[in-house]
Amino acid sequence: MATSLEINGRTVQVEATPDTPLLWVLREEVGLTGPKFGCGIGQCGACTVLANGAPVRSCSLPVSALSGMKITTIEGLGGTHPLQQAWVKLDVPQCGYCQTGQIMSAAALLASNPRPSDAEIDAAMDGNICRCGAYQRIHAAIREAAQATGQATGQPTAKSRA
Amino acid sequence: MNSHVDQAAARSGATRRDLVVGTALISGALLVGCSPADLMSAGAKTEVGAFGPFIRIAADGAVTVVSKHIEFGQGSHAGLAAIVAEELDADWSRVSVEQSPANSKLYANTLMGVQGTGGSTAIANSWMQLRKAGAAARAMFTGAAAAAWKVPEAEITVKDGVVSHVASGKSAGFGDLIQGAAAIKPPAEPRLKSPEAFTLIGTDRVRRKDSLAKSTGQARYTQDVNLEGMLTAVVAHAPRFGAKVRGFDATEARKVAGVVDVIQIPTGVAVVAKSTWAAIQGRNVLKVTWDESKAEGRGSAELEAQYTDWAAGKGTLPDKLKWESFESRGDAAAAGDGEVFEATFDFPFLAHASMEPMNCVAQVGGKGGTKLTVASQSQTIDQINTARIVGALPGSIQIETLFAGGSFGRRANFQSDFVAECVQIAKKVGKGTPVKLVWTREDDMEAGYFRPLTHHRVRVRLDKDGYPAAWTHRVVTQSLMKGSPLAPKGFDATTVEGAMGSPYLKATPAVDGQVLMPENGVPVLWWRSVGATHTAYVMEHTLDHLAKKAGRDPVAYRLALFEKAGAARHIAVLKLAAEKAGWDKPAPAGVTRGVAVHECFGSVVAQIAEVRLVDGNPKVGRVVTAIDCGTAISPDQIAAQMEGGTCFGLSAALHDEMIIKAGAVDRKNFDAYPVLRHSEAPKVETYILPSTNPPSGAGEPGVPVIAPAVANAVLAATGKGAFRLPMIRA
Repeated sequence: MATSLEINGRTVQVEATPDTPLLWVLREEVGLTGPKFGCGIGQCGACTVLANGAPVRSCSLPVSALSGMKITTIEGLGGTHPLQQAWVKLDVPQCGYCQTGQIMSAAALLASNPRPSDAEIDAAMDGNICRCGAYQRIHAAIREAAQATGQATGQPTAKSRA
Repeated sequence: MNSHVDQAAARSGATRRDLVVGTALISGALLVGCSPADLMSAGAKTEVGAFGPFIRIAADGAVTVVSKHIEFGQGSHAGLAAIVAEELDADWSRVSVEQSPANSKLYANTLMGVQGTGGSTAIANSWMQLRKAGAAARAMFTGAAAAAWKVPEAEITVKDGVVSHVASGKSAGFGDLIQGAAAIKPPAEPRLKSPEAFTLIGTDRVRRKDSLAKSTGQARYTQDVNLEGMLTAVVAHAPRFGAKVRGFDATEARKVAGVVDVIQIPTGVAVVAKSTWAAIQGRNVLKVTWDESKAEGRGSAELEAQYTDWAAGKGTLPDKLKWESFESRGDAAAAGDGEVFEATFDFPFLAHASMEPMNCVAQVGGKGGTKLTVASQSQTIDQINTARIVGALPGSIQIETLFAGGSFGRRANFQSDFVAECVQIAKKVGKGTPVKLVWTREDDMEAGYFRPLTHHRVRVRLDKDGYPAAWTHRVVTQSLMKGSPLAPKGFDATTVEGAMGSPYLKATPAVDGQVLMPENGVPVLWWRSVGATHTAYVMEHTLDHLAKKAGRDPVAYRLALFEKAGAARHIAVLKLAAEKAGWDKPAPAGVTRGVAVHECFGSVVAQIAEVRLVDGNPKVGRVVTAIDCGTAISPDQIAAQMEGGTCFGLSAALHDEMIIKAGAVDRKNFDAYPVLRHSEAPKVETYILPSTNPPSGAGEPGVPVIAPAVANAVLAATGKGAFRLPMIRA
C-alpha cells in the first residue's frame, strides 16, 4: 500500500509498510540521509524533520500517520538558510551527527517565534542531544540567525572567547 | 602455508615476503627481523604521489592534505591541514582535507606505532611529520621556480600558494610549477619556519573545513552508506555479559517481508534484510535461547560493595589479585598532630553514548578483496582483527574511513568488536555483497565497553601549616589494558594516571598510593580523558576539603602546593583562570565559585565554575577555562574542545550512570540514561596560554576538571562534599 507524502516540495509515493517509521522511509527509500538515526524512541532529536512546519521525531512516527503532510528535511532547507549560514560562520558542528536535527528544531522555532529569548531557545532545543557538547555554539548560532534576518531583539549571547 | 591466505595474497598482489610476515602475524608467531609496521602493513598497496603520502596538489594548484586521523568532532582535520598549509605557504582557502586509506606503514600514529587516533595525540604526533611534509613540498616549488626562471632559489618567496621572485617580477601558482616541482627530489630535512614566522597557525583563520557539509546533511557517515545490492543486519546479542547462543528459532523472523537470512555468528544471531526496518522487525520475532553458564552474574551494587570492602582492608582478595603500588615514599601511616581528612569516592560505569550508534559496512569474498567502510578509530587493529576472520593479509584489508558521529574512545578497542561482528556476517553472506551492520541505541548501550566502575579511598593528614604531610590513596578499578597486546607487566597506569604523578602528591612528604585491579565480565574501555575521569575528581575535590580544613583560599592553597612541586605550568594556567574569572572579587549574588586544575595528555587546564543551586541541584553558568596545550594550531577549535569537553564532563558529573544488574545492562536508551541537554550547558570562556612548545592534547583535557570545579562550588555553598557521581541520580 503506497503512502503519498510531500517531501521538500515534491510529491512522493512510498511503498514501505504503513508501520515503518518515517525516518527509515526518508533514509532508505527516498534517499534523504540528512535526518539521522540516534535513539529510535524520540529522545535524542537527531531524526528531527518538519511535518506541516512542526518539528517531529521521524524515528517514532509511522509513515501512515503522515499521509498527505508536507515534510521538510534538512535537504529541503536549501543550504543557505540563515541558520545554516550561522552554523558555518560559528563552526558549530563537531562530529556533526546531531546537527541536522538541531537545525530543523531551530528552524521550527524561528518560523514560529522569530525573536526567541534565551529561555525559549533552551525550551525549544532541549529535545536535541549533542554528545559533543556544542550547545553553546548552537545557542549562539540561533541568536545569530535570528539577528541576521533582522528579527531579533535583546542582546546576543556573549561570545565564547574574549 | 594457509591456502586461503595464499589466495588472498594472490588477489592483492602481495609479495612472498608480505605473505610470510602476514601469515606470521595472523598465526601470532614472532618473526625476527620484521618491524611491527612491516607485519601490519603486509599486503598493502597505497599509491603515493610526488609530494609524499600527506600532500596532493592538483593542476589548478588546489592543495589536498591527506589526514591519517579520523575526524570525529575533535577538529583534527582542520588542524592537520593547517600544519601543512603553514609550512607550504599554501592558500588556506584552497586547502581541502581527505581521509587517508588504511596503511600502518605510511600512516602510523608516530606515538603509537599503529594507525589510530586517540589519547589526544592527533596533532601532537603529526606536528613534525606534517611540518616536514609541507616544508619539503615548498622546497620542491622554490627549486622548480629557480630552475625555470634561472634565479637563485634563496631569493624566491612563497605566499598564499603563489611563488614569486621579486627582483625579476616573476610569479606563478603551484599549478603552473607542478611538473617541475614533482620532478625535484624532496629534501630529507627541509628548513622549517621559526614560530615567529607563522602566519596561519595560531590565528582565527584556522577553522573547520566540514561545517557546511555537516550543516546541510551532506557529510557522509557509516549510517548513510548505501552501496549497490547492500544488505542490512541487526544482531540479537546475549542479554548478559559472557552468555552464548544455545539455540534459535528463525521461523517467524524469516517470514518478515524483506528478511533475507538469519545467521549465527560468534556474538549472537544476525538477521539480514533488505532494509533496516525489516531487519529490526525480524529480530523482534526471532527466538534465541542463551547459555548463561559462564555469564557475569554480578551488578554495579555488588561490585561497588566489594570494592569498598577491599579498599577498607576488609574481606579476602581472590587468588593472584594484589595491591600494586603506584607511588610510595616515607611513612604515610605514621601518626601526627595535624588534622585528618578521610573520604571514599564512587564512580559508576559510564557509556560513551556517541550520537551515532556503532555500525559498519563490510564486503567479504568479492574480487576486490575485503573492504570496510566504517568510522575506524584504529585502522591497523581493525585490519588485523578482520584479517584473522577472513584469512587475508592485514595490509590488504581496505578501509574507507568515514566521519564518525562521535566516539569518545568507544570505536578503538582491541577486539574491534562491532567491526569484527560485521565482518563475520559479511563473510557468511559472501560474494563481496556489502553488509551494513546497524546497532540500535539499545544494542549500543547493551554492548558495554564502559568507563569502569571505580572506588577511591583517601586519607590525608595535614602538617602544622595546613599542608599535606601524609597521603594514603587506594584505587579499585578494572584494568583497561589487561589481556591486550599492550598490557603492562605491573599495574596499568591508565587506572591511576592523574593521581600518580600529581603535583599534590609530589608536594607531600609521605605517600602511599596503591591500586587494585579486579576482573569481572563487564567489558571496559577508555572513555574520553580515561583515568582522569575519576582521578582528577578525587584529587581536586579532596584539595578543597583540605584547603577548608587549613582555612585557606582554594586558589592560594593550590598555588602554594604547585610551588612546592615546581609545577610551573599549573601555576600559570591557574593564575590566568583566576584573573579572568575575577576570583578575588565577590561572585554574583546566589553564585559560588569552584576551581579545579588538572594535567592530562600533555596539557594543563584550570577551570573556575560559577554555580547556582536550583532546587538543591547545581546549575552551572559561566565557566572560565585556561589551557596550556603548547603551540595552539587552531584557537577556535581548542575553544570548541573546551566547550564540548566541559559539557561531556558536566554530563558525567550531573547525570551519566550506567547501572548493571545481574550481569545485564539496566539502562538502554536516553529515556533511562539521561545526559546533559541544551538548557544545562554552561557558558565556557577559553583562554589559551601563549606557548611555543610543541602542541599537546586538546580533545580530552577539557573533560575532567568541570566535575570537581562544580563539586567545589557546591562545597563552598553548602559545606557539603559530593562523594559519589553523578550528583543527580536518575
